[in-house]
Formats: sequence, structure tokens, C-alpha cells
Amino acid sequence: MEAASVSQPTQAKRRKKSGAVGSEPRTPWWLWLAVAAIVIFCLLPFYWLINISLKTGADLSGSDIVPPSPSFDNYTSIFENANFTKALRNSAIVSLVTTLLGIVVGSFAAYALARLQMRGKGILLAIVLSITTFPQIAIAAPLFRLWADVGIYDTLIGLVIPYLTFALPLSIYILVSFFREIPKDLEEAALVDGATHFEAFRKVVVPLAAPGLATTAILTFIAAWNEFLLATTLTSSPSARTTPVAISQFTGSSQFEVPLGTQSAASVVISIPLIILVLLFQKRIVAGLTAGAVKG
Amino acid sequence: MSDTATLRAGTPQKRRSRGIPERRLAVYMVAPSVALIALVALWPIIYAIWLSLHEYSLRQAGLSRWAEPAGLGNYTDALWGDESADFWSATRVTFIFTIASVILETIIGLAMALAMHSAFKGQGLLRTVVLVPWAVLTVVTAIMWRTIFDPNLGFVNSLLGTNTVWLGEEPQALMVMIFADVWKTAPFMALLLLAGLQVIPGEIYEAAKVDGANMWQRFRKITLPLLMPALLVALIFRTLDALRAFDLPKVLTNGANDTTTLSLLAQRTFQENRLYGEGSALSILTFIIVMIVSFGYIRLVGGNIRGMTEE
Amino acid sequence: MAEIQLQKVTKRYPDGTEAVKQVDLDIGDGEFMILVGPSGCGKSTALRMIAGLEDISEGDLIIGGERVNELGPRERDIAMVFQNYALYPHMTVRDNMGFALKLAKEDQGEINRRVEEAARILDLEQHLERKPANLSGGQRQRVAMGRAIVRNPKAFLMDEPLSNLDAKLRVQMRTEVSRIQQRLETTTVYVTHDQVEAMTLGDRVAVMRGGIIQQVDTPRNLYERPENLFVGGFIGSPSMNFLAARLEGDTIRLPFGETPIPDELRGRLRGDGNARDVIAGARPEHFEDADVEPDRQGLRFRAKISVLESMGSELYAYFDVEQGHVESAELSELAADAHMEDLPTHGSGDTQQVVARLSAASSARPGGEVNMLLDTKHLQLFDPQGGKSLTVE
Repeated sequence: MEAASVSQPTQAKRRKKSGAVGSEPRTPWWLWLAVAAIVIFCLLPFYWLINISLKTGADLSGSDIVPPSPSFDNYTSIFENANFTKALRNSAIVSLVTTLLGIVVGSFAAYALARLQMRGKGILLAIVLSITTFPQIAIAAPLFRLWADVGIYDTLIGLVIPYLTFALPLSIYILVSFFREIPKDLEEAALVDGATHFEAFRKVVVPLAAPGLATTAILTFIAAWNEFLLATTLTSSPSARTTPVAISQFTGSSQFEVPLGTQSAASVVISIPLIILVLLFQKRIVAGLTAGAVKG
Repeated sequence: MSDTATLRAGTPQKRRSRGIPERRLAVYMVAPSVALIALVALWPIIYAIWLSLHEYSLRQAGLSRWAEPAGLGNYTDALWGDESADFWSATRVTFIFTIASVILETIIGLAMALAMHSAFKGQGLLRTVVLVPWAVLTVVTAIMWRTIFDPNLGFVNSLLGTNTVWLGEEPQALMVMIFADVWKTAPFMALLLLAGLQVIPGEIYEAAKVDGANMWQRFRKITLPLLMPALLVALIFRTLDALRAFDLPKVLTNGANDTTTLSLLAQRTFQENRLYGEGSALSILTFIIVMIVSFGYIRLVGGNIRGMTEE
Repeated sequence: MAEIQLQKVTKRYPDGTEAVKQVDLDIGDGEFMILVGPSGCGKSTALRMIAGLEDISEGDLIIGGERVNELGPRERDIAMVFQNYALYPHMTVRDNMGFALKLAKEDQGEINRRVEEAARILDLEQHLERKPANLSGGQRQRVAMGRAIVRNPKAFLMDEPLSNLDAKLRVQMRTEVSRIQQRLETTTVYVTHDQVEAMTLGDRVAVMRGGIIQQVDTPRNLYERPENLFVGGFIGSPSMNFLAARLEGDTIRLPFGETPIPDELRGRLRGDGNARDVIAGARPEHFEDADVEPDRQGLRFRAKISVLESMGSELYAYFDVEQGHVESAELSELAADAHMEDLPTHGSGDTQQVVARLSAASSARPGGEVNMLLDTKHLQLFDPQGGKSLTVE
């Protein structure tokens, strides 16, 4: 990238002062400062979490920066906690199923909206996008009753279905813009070569949109893993509870212990896979998040 | 001519079955999504509206036998009746939270984006670091900040030399909540704005420099206007998210000390208190408020959003 | 192989604009037909309608004796070469070329055989396992052609297949295309905006403008007997010069002189013999330096050269003619197509700039005067209203 001669505001907040950069690649001192500030801002709280998670007993009442006697007790205790491991399993299942369904069903709709002739496309897309603005709470209340009547309250499937309210629009939103990027002549060439529209979709468009599909998968997975409101409302027992809910209901490793220690350990444990995902797929994730926002 | 013999002698293309015509295929492909969305989003809301128009006995979980139509009673209760104090308090909290968070996120996010844009080395690494707050679950964020602000375990008191029980007082509790939310989402804003910044061609700045513009002028006249579309999109999403805040208040304080947001209030009402009618009414009211804000935004911003919904 | 017939084919868009208007065209079995015209004239749209990529609003399209309006591209058994090649980036060259056959569930052995034959003809054998991203522009173009020829379709449809190649490569590939078509004897419809390609490749050429076919004829006839101003000015490079002229009795009065109507034209001239204004068309190659060919017949006059371009093998001499300027809708469109609409082709008032092609032996110099000779046998005369030729039926 060109050495952007970007001008900067002198903002008082956070003292991140940065001025215009010339075209030389040397980074000035205040830029280092700004970058350092960003890194500290983002990572310090997480470090603190790790810090706490390694403290037990008496240490849990002091605010030492490094645990004086680090121990993995918190970690072992959470894994011995059947509820926690079950919650992990539940989260994994729900997230995976939601992701799969979201991608398959969403990609169909995204392709139709992006490429095929159909009446009322604009309206449909508008409706789909507006679903994302619904407050979850509006759906949670009725589903709480509905699911009880239908009998899927406190089940995993009872979670997957409402999760699709955000998984589907997310898929459609990202994939529509990815599908549009694929040059139209490729599909036309496939049609001329003898493919049906669906064959063209399967054999030409989908392979080429693989990056978009991957991005959608990652984002959907993270969103499903993270979801809390519906999970709290629609589950009541460890058999269906997902991890966020389980953590929020932790007690300490012993009767009198402050739960923060174990909660921190659990938090660290469930954050690790996500952080790994982010590390590996950072580019994809950013591409997905900004798809449409910038080009829009 | 032997080399063309094979090609010319090839069998004429067998007539295969006709594929599904385009229009019908399009409908088939969209149908599952539409059906699912209708089932899971539209139907529950209609049901919620119906629920909100009934009164439920506290003792009965069963629906039909003990529901009495209550007209708009639940709504009037919430808006100016017995429950109105809770409702308006929650509304106030929600709006303060939203406005404060969004403003702070935008400023900090913008500053971060500008810094990241100028740093040439390690852009990928920076972006990974910046994604960590976003990747961390909201629940974990709440726990994280609870530990940090804990009077004994956290470092804030040691740092500032104070002895406050942050989460135990108003308005400190709300401040902590805002802070936690800003921590989690300023990086996300930064990424969106960074993408917007990267689209601006460098030559424009060089031309401006040659024309004699200083830093501040370049920022105001070039960066801000060209960043506006991305900024507005980010603002809308963040505002709507903040209005619906639930995870953070629930885990951080469970709404204590004046941190109850609308979503939290509604959920507590129907799940813990089993007041389905009122809970639904509160949900619908929240919904309406969010819708009003989004429409307001769309009027203000107009063309940018419509561009995404048109072909 | 098959004949293709377009009968009153029209393409109308929802807002009422017509890209193709009532086009009639008969393409014989094995014929190489070119559609040529300025951008926006409807040639690509017509091609895409034959392919089935655009709906036909009105009229009938017959391929091989069968009306195919309602059929999709896959049922029409035609192959298409796209301007941007449209190669599948995620497949190797071999898979690209074999894709259609695989869709048709051909036996794998047969597919391999045909792909390899095509690769041999197109000199792609060492590239079969590579992906399009690793090929040069010329190689990609050949893969696009290969994809078409493995199928042995009823017709080849080519949409400006050479326009993305650089000039030298384009000339080379032109002969390739011609060679392949002759060997395979497949009916071919070829769209281009480059009239040089049109003239060199086609058995017959259809000149289009504004969605209407102006003339369908062999290249030679288009050159020698253009039916209207547009065709006359479109074919030939540098283009035909147009001058205001007057027909009086037996004489053609040109701005730089008079000449009796040549015998060749007299018989074909339409009209009632009254004096009238006409537009005269004279190709640059029909001018010559009179001193170089003193014995040649024609109209002699003196011209002052303003600009002289030397090509080595010939000279292009530009000179101004007083009272020669002529305006018409057709001429404006020709100028617009060449992106010249803002450039002055005439000086103040009424002068018209004329370009003449002179032999390299000429001693013409810029700023100097030359004895110019115009071979009037080849003069074209057009009706100022409507631009139709007065000498061609």
C-alpha cells in the first residue's frame, strides 16, 4: 500500500496524537505510542482475566498483577464440572448446526437475490435486512411460551431455530455481495456450455465464492457461540444450556469461594478457540464484516 | 484432415431434460429462507403482540384458560401506570447507555482506525489484536470487567487509589457498563472505519498537500466527507445494537444500581416474574422504540441504505 | 452445423428502448457472418439473443430449421466465445475445455480425446494442466476458442474475441480464427467493432447501426457499393471523404472542380435528372499525386497540403476544401463512433478537411501545393436527405 499521507485529528481522548506522515516508511515515535496504546487497550483486560483465573484461595482477595501462587485449580474444577463440559458440547452443536443451515439455506437465497430474475427482489432483500434490526427480546418472549407448548423448550433444536433469525440474514447479506463480485460471463459461459441455472450455481459460482462462504461460516459460528439472550430464556437445565449461560451461573470451586476465579477460568477456556479462529482467519473476518459496508 | 476428424465426427449434443426455468428456480431458492424467517421472526412477533393484549394470572403457566383480554392495559400500565417508573427508568438508562457508548466508540474507533491506517508494518498483526475484544463473548466481557472493577481483585482501585465499589453505586455502575461496551466495540468500529479509509486514494491527499491544506483541513475536508458512508453504516448498526443491550447488564450487575435496560426489564418481567402479558408488552414497546430510531436514521441517511437494498 | 435465420427479430427493454429493431438475417450453413458496427448499435445484443442469453421480444429465431425462441442456451447447442473469455478460474485448461462435455455426460475417454485434439490444433498441449491465472492473454483466448470447438456445436458465436489482445497478437489470432473455421466448417457469427477484422474474416458482413442492419454483403461489395452514407463512411480506413456537391444535368460539380458523370455511374444513377444537391464520397485511395501518374484519367485540381503523414509505404495528405463541408445525422454518428465529435473537421465556416492517400513517390510537402488527381470512376453519390446511395440499388 502506498505510504498514505493521511492527516490525523489532534484528539484529546486517549492522547493518540498522530500527524501527517510523509512518504518515507519510517514510523514516527508518536505512532508507536498510538499503536502501543491500542495494543494495551485491547489486550490488557484479557490478560487480567488470565491473571485472575490463575488465582485461588486467599489470592482472590488481592489485586496483584501477577498471581503470587499461580495454580490451575480453577481450570481443573471447571472441567470436572459436568455442567460446564456439557455446556461446551451444547454450544458446539448448536453453533455448528446453525452455521451449516445458515450457509446452505442462506446461500440459496443469496444467489437468487443476487443473480436470478425474480419479481420483488428489492423488497425481499429489504425485509431480510430489516430482520437484523429486530430486538431479540421481541422474539424471546413469545418463543418462551411457544416452545413450552410445542415441547421444544429447553432443547438444542429449540435454540437452533431462533438462531437462524440472525444466521440467515447474515449469510444473505455477506453472500449477496460476494456473489455479485463473480463476473456474470462465467455463469453465462456455463449456461452456454449446457448447465442449468442450478448446475451453474453448484459447479461454478459456489467454488468461486468459497472465501465468502468461509467468512460467513466463521462469523455465524462466532455469533451463535456468543448468543446469550435466547439461550438464557429458552433453556432451563444443563442438558440444553450453552456455555455463556453456564458461565453466568457459576459458583465458586468451593462453597465459600467467590466465583470470579472459576468464571475467569471458564471465560479464558471458551475464548481460546475464538481467538485462534481470529488469528487464523483475520483477513477473512474483516472482509466479511466490511462487505457491503464500504461498497454499499 | 485427421486432426479435425474427431471433432467433426463427435456426436451431436443429446437433448437433455430442460432445467427448471430461471424464475421458478429463483422462487424455490428463496423460499426456504423466507419460510424460516417468517416462522421464526414474524410469527413470534405477531404472537407477542397477541400476548401483550392479555392479562395473566401469576399462578398459572397454562395459557388459554387463564388469559383475560386486557386490551391495551399492559401498555398503559407500562407507559403511565403502576409499572411506568420501571419502564421510563429503563428507557432512560438505555438511551444514556446508547448515546454515550456510540459516541465514545466512534471517537476512539476513528482514532484507532487513523492510527492503524498510518502504521505500515504489522497491519495484519494489529488487526488480529484489535479483533480480540470483538471475538471475546459478551458474557466473558462482562465477567472480565467485573473482575477489573472489583474492589479487591481488580486493578482499577489500586490504580486510582480509590476504594469504590464500582458496581455497587450509581452512576458508577452505568459508567462501568458503558466502558465495557466501548472496550468491546470500539475495535469493531475501528475495523469498519479502517476499511472505509483504505478506499480513499492516497493521491487526493497529495493533491491537497500541494494545494496547501494542513493536517486539520485535510481531515475535515477530505477524510471526514469520504468516510461518511462507512461511518453512517457503522453508526446505525452500533446504535441499534446498543439499544438492544441485554448480555452486558445481565451479567455485569443483573440490572442493579440503575443499569436496567429495556431488554433486561422485559426479559425479567416475563421469565422471572412470569408476567407474560406485561413482559410481551414491554418487548413490543422496546421493538417500537428501536424501529423508530432506525426509521429516524434512515430518513436522515436515506440514499446510502437504499443503495444496498436495490439491485 | 446449421443455418441460422433471424426473422424480424426485435429486442425491446421495459422502458421502451429498442436495441435491435426488426432485424432480418439469413446465415447459411457453414458461413462466417460478421456483425459490425459502432458501440451501441445492437450487434452484441443480437448475438446474445441467438445464444439465448437475452430474451427475444418479437420475431423468430430459427436454428437448423427449428424455432428456438423459447429454448435456453443449453438446449440450443451453440458455443460462445466471450470478449473477456470467461474461463473458469478454479479449473485447469483441460477441465475448462471439457466442462460442457462433462455436463452432457459424455464418456470420459471421448472427452479426453476431443480435448487433446483441440489442444493440438490450438497449440495448447503443454498448458492443459495449468489454471487460467497462469496463462498469457493470447493463451487464454485460445482456451476460450478451444472450449467452443470441442463441442462440435451447431454454430460458433463470438463476441469481440480478439479485442482484448494487443495489436500484433490480434492480427496473428485473426488468421488462426479464419483457419479453424474453414477446417471445421461450422456456422459462425462473429461480432466486432473493428471494420478491418470484419473485412478480412467474413464471408459476409452485416453493418449495423442503431439496431438496424444497414447492409449485408460481401466485404468487397460493401467497399465498392455502399448502400448508404453510413456504410460508406464506416468501411474503409482512413474513411471515405464526404463533400458537398451538386448534380447538374450531366455534370457533377465538386468544390474543387467539375467532372462529367462517369459512364459507370450514369447507368446506375437514380433520380429525375433535375439539378440537385448531393453528397459526394471519395475514398482517400482514389486520390493521387497527378505528377506521379500523369496519364491517369480523372479530375485534376490544385490542393494546399496542411498536414502530411508518412507511413513509409505511402503518404496521407490532408488538405482543406472550401465550401466542401456537409452535415448530416449519419456523418455525426460516424464521427461520434470514432470519438471525434468534438474535433473540428472543418475550419471556419464551410471548409471541409479531406485526406488523400498518395504514393510514396510523391513530392508533396506540408504547406506546399500539389497537383491532385481524383479518379472519378469510383465516386459515390448520396442523397443528402437520409443518406441513401444514388448509385447503388
